[in-house]
Formats: sequence, structure tokens, C-alpha cells
Amino acid sequence: MSLDLSGRQYAHVDYDEKERLFDEVKGDLRYDEYLYGCYECGICVAACPSARFYDFSPRKIAQTMAREDVDLFYTLLNDSVWDCSQCFSCDVCPRKNSPGGLITLMREVAVKNGLASAQEALEGYGRVVYKIMATGTQVSPDMLQANAFPDWGPHVKDIAKNLEYWRKALPPESMNTTETSWQVDDKTIIELYLIWHMTGVMDMIKEVDEGLFMILQDVMEEKLEDAGYDVSFD
Amino acid sequence: MIPHSALFNKPKDRTFTPDPSQAPTEDYHDILDQLEKEGEWEVHRVPEPYIEVKNKFGRTKKVPVEQTWHHKSCGQCGHIPGYSTSVFWLNRKLGLDYNDPTDQTSCTAWNYYASATSNAPAQAAVAMRNFAAAHETGYFPIIHCATSFGHYKEVRQQLIHSPELRSQVRKILKKLGKKLIMPEEVVHYSEWVHVMRDRIAEHQVIPMDHIAATIHPACHYHKLVGEDAIYAPEVYGNQRSAIITSTLQSLGVDVRDYSTWFDCCGFGFRHILVSRDFSRSFAVQRKIEVMKEEADPDILITHDTGCVTTLDQSQFAAKAHDKNVGLPVMSDSQIAALAMGAHPYKVLQLHWHSTDSKPFLEKLGIDHEKAWAEFEQVVDEIKAGERQSVTWEEVDV
Ligand code: SF4
Ligand code: SF4
Repeated sequence: MSLDLSGRQYAHVDYDEKERLFDEVKGDLRYDEYLYGCYECGICVAACPSARFYDFSPRKIAQTMAREDVDLFYTLLNDSVWDCSQCFSCDVCPRKNSPGGLITLMREVAVKNGLASAQEALEGYGRVVYKIMATGTQVSPDMLQANAFPDWGPHVKDIAKNLEYWRKALPPESMNTTETSWQVDDKTIIELYLIWHMTGVMDMIKEVDEGLFMILQDVMEEKLEDAGYDVSFD
Repeated sequence: MIPHSALFNKPKDRTFTPDPSQAPTEDYHDILDQLEKEGEWEVHRVPEPYIEVKNKFGRTKKVPVEQTWHHKSCGQCGHIPGYSTSVFWLNRKLGLDYNDPTDQTSCTAWNYYASATSNAPAQAAVAMRNFAAAHETGYFPIIHCATSFGHYKEVRQQLIHSPELRSQVRKILKKLGKKLIMPEEVVHYSEWVHVMRDRIAEHQVIPMDHIAATIHPACHYHKLVGEDAIYAPEVYGNQRSAIITSTLQSLGVDVRDYSTWFDCCGFGFRHILVSRDFSRSFAVQRKIEVMKEEADPDILITHDTGCVTTLDQSQFAAKAHDKNVGLPVMSDSQIAALAMGAHPYKVLQLHWHSTDSKPFLEKLGIDHEKAWAEFEQVVDEIKAGERQSVTWEEVDV
């Protein structure tokens, strides 16, 4: 799909609102390390995998931020940043920019502000977020189901069918698990929940996926209470 | 003036010699020490014995031999479990002391790079909690996943440059009863394989001199905070990261070059889970087909969770479109273990891979039918309740 850079699709959004989000990206402590101006040379584009398959350009990201083009920033924030592969091949930049890093910051702001485009980009992703936030390991053996990965081949069906036994047949005892990739101590999980609590990550989840927030809140608050912590994510 | 030698030396014969005094960055070792002196954190020193190698800018990096705390990878342990099993098997086979912790979480960076549902303090706190947990055991962290490796280097950079972030994370850790501990080096497991390659080759029982391979280096290993990556004059004249290639060369494998070596694998973090058409197309068109056409390898070896996953699992659907695919994919730990006689299914766990590695095993003279029957026997015994698991002793051939 081609990227409409005219800005017409966001003409109805107040300039002040666009600028507020722009300033939020600029205000991140990492921003000054990710952008030093832009030569507009396109070296990052040559290295970028997403640029080969989408109407997407890390140069446009760096250039737009360096020129402080608030309208174009808003278009890219909604219609471009989720195409990035976050590989950081663009760190090859001779100006020492990290367009991929700028994109991380832009995505964070999109999530934190509950932008509809961010919600759409994260549709179908809730299960992964649940896994990492609630269990301590991001992907797990029981995610390998034929209906989730039909394009990976028939072995996925075999894995799902034999999962419990094949996991027991792994010599490292820590990996005889199916719901997490390895066994994570209860104490470790509690520490992880406390980190989420102290850093406001749950507020971000609430903005993009209220349902997921409520499930996570139940799981975490109960476990924290059992461990003697009186913590609320509200 | 252009020196005469430049006209006669072929590019592949040229060696670049990095001069640390000309490095474009400050030496992170000095900054870590300085911040330790100022009481900002404690530096977790690499335990002896260690092996010294050179990083991208010619600075010295220490890689521990043993007493390693294995920061496992969720994608490896969950979906390609023979990857991590092989790392542990190598340690055991070489008689080295290691720790496989359960007081460890994922780095959470896969989710972060995919969904951005986190922030800098949370990411740094997760990293530093794991580092503190390692320090408490007395073992030194060694990172299995290249994304965790890259991400932890980013976190180190951010903590170095932001007193505000340091103080925020220090406070969080204090509430968890932990100190702020920064490892002297962020070490990737494939760097350990690299420094152990001669010892691995001494124990080699499966000759590999007739094998040709291509390699794929992980973006988050050598591009994201690229300074820490290991370079060596004997591998592409110090111009590309040395890991994997060095290991394969020690095993006698012919490592062949191809024109999209620098390209990413197409993993994309969110793409591999919810937009796989991109990952598949990129992996097949920019990597697998190019390798097959230009280098005709028997095997593709890489050193990261996302890269093994994408390059391996993307080939099945491409076959239906008559693409030039069918290249088995393994990690460097798996091929090193195989060379030392590890079981292809009980240790390498190749049945979790998508691509067919049987022709490769046959080329190595390994009876895969017998090996599979042995594995199935064990699984049948587990199913029948005759045994609970497979012990290390059984696979320590
Ligand atoms: S971000 Fe860097 S590489 Fe990309 S166009 Fe700008 S200066 Fe060139
Ligand atoms: S991080 Fe994103 S913008 Fe940079 S090279 Fe990778 S895909 Fe392109």
C-alpha cells in the first residue's frame, strides 16, 4: 500500500495535538542520542529490510524529525512506524543517527496515547504481551499450534501433539515446561510485577487494550497479594 | 597517493587493522570503572579464566571460559530447544562449570521492539534485575539471544549517559532488595563458542571438511551498539564480525560468501508473529535464494533466536511457490555439538526445525533413522510412565 504523505487524511487533527505528540517524542531521554540532524543521503534506506517491501523509509523518519515537520511526523506516526523491523541496520548512518531508535520512541508515544493506529497494529498481539508480562518468558512452547503457524510446516502439528512428552525429553530440567520457555521462580515473577508497577507500564497497556489490562491486573494483583504486597494497578 | 599494493591485493585478501586510539566512541570499560569509583554501581568482573579477544574498534574484550550464568532465550528454549540444550551440552562435554538459573526472566525486548508496550526505565530495570540475580550466584552472565545482547548493550549506553535513569533504576532495584550491578562485559554465547573453538575442534569426532556453509550474522549482534562485537584478522580481514565463521572454519567447514551477507533475516519482531508475509518474503528472496544461487551451501548457520526461526520456518510456504529453498538451518552451538558427537534428536532436537536436515546428516555419515528410533523409544517410555525425563548422563556420550 502506498503511503499518503499529503497529510490530507489528518487535516482534521489539531496542529497543537500533533505538536504535543511530537514534543513527547523529543522529550524522551534517548532522543538526543538517536538524532544528530540528517544528511538525507539515504544510506539507511539501502540497509533497511522494510524499505524493500513496504512504502517505508528510515530517511523520511530522520529527515522529518530533523526538520521538525510536525504534520508529516503525525502522518508517519500513524501510517509508517509499524512497518519497521527494528533490526537497526539503519544504525549504519554516517550522521550517527538511529532511525530505528526514533521509531521505537514514536511507537511508545503512539501506544501511550492510545492512538487508533497503534491499537490496530497491536490487534492479535495481546497474547504475546500477556505472556511476557504475566509469566516472565515472552514466547512459550504451547504457542506452537498448527492454526497459529499454518505456514511453518507439518512439524508444528507434531510438536503440539507431543508437546508434553517432547518437553520432558529435554535434558535441561529447567526446560521441562510447556507454558513458559523455562521454569521461572515465583519470587522472580513477583519482582517482575513490581517493576511493571513502578514504571507505569500497565498504564500503557490500559491505553491500547483495556481487556488485556483487566486480565493482567487480576493475575498480578492476586499473586502480589498472596506474596504480601498491597499493590493496585488502577 | 594510492599505494601500489592496492592494485594487486584482492579485496578479500586485505586486512583492516583497527586502532583503538582512533575509535569513534569512548571506551565503555573506562566509563564503567569511573562510575564504579563514583559509587554509582558495582562492576561485575569477568571471572578467571577468561580469554581476551578484540572488539570492532580493536579494544580488548574478555570472554569467560566458565562460571557462566546462562541468560536463556525465550524463543530458543520455547521453539528451538535444541539450540540452548546444545550450549549446555558443550559446557558439560568440555567439563566447564555453569549455572542454568530459574531466577531469570526474558529480557522482554522482543515484545518491546514489536509492540512498544514498555519504556526505558522498565526495560533497564528488567535487565539490571537479571544482572543482579547473576551476581548473587557468583556466576557471570552470558547472553543466549542476540536481541537480549543488543538490547542490554543499549540499556548500558542509556544508563551510562543518564544519571536520572541510573537513579530511577537504582531505586527500583533497592525496593527489590538488589544492588545496581553492571557486568564488565556483555557477552553473547556465540562469543564463548568462538573463544572455545579450538577446544571444540580438539573433541571433533564428525569430520566436516567436505561441508560448505553460509552464515548469517544477527543484526542485534553486530549492528545494534556494534562496538562490542568480536572481529579477527583471520575472518574477512577484520572487516566483518568473526563469530560463527571462525567456529566453522575451526571445524573444517568451507564458509562461502554471498552478496546479501549484511542484510537482516526479516524477523521484524511483530512481523514474525502477526505479519509473516513480510518475514517470509524477505528471508526467502533476500537470504535463502541468494545463498543457494551464489554459494550452494549444504547448511546455513546463524547465532540468534529470530534468525534461526525466520530463516528455517519461512522455507516451507516458499516451497509451494517453487522457490529455490530447502536449506537446513542450525545454530553454531548445534553444529559444534554435532561435530563433537551430540545426538541429533536428543541434544540438537532437530525435529523442532522446519527444514529437512536429513540429507545433511547423511552427508556427515550419521544414521538419522537409527537416531530418530532412539529418540522415539525414550518418548514412548515417558508416555508409558516408565521414566520422567532424559538425564544429562544419558546424552553425555
Ligand atoms: S538518517 Fe543517516 S543514513 Fe539516513 S538519510 Fe539521514 S544521514 Fe543518511
Ligand atoms: S530498524 Fe527499521 S528503519 Fe532501521 S533498518 Fe531496520 S527496518 Fe529499517
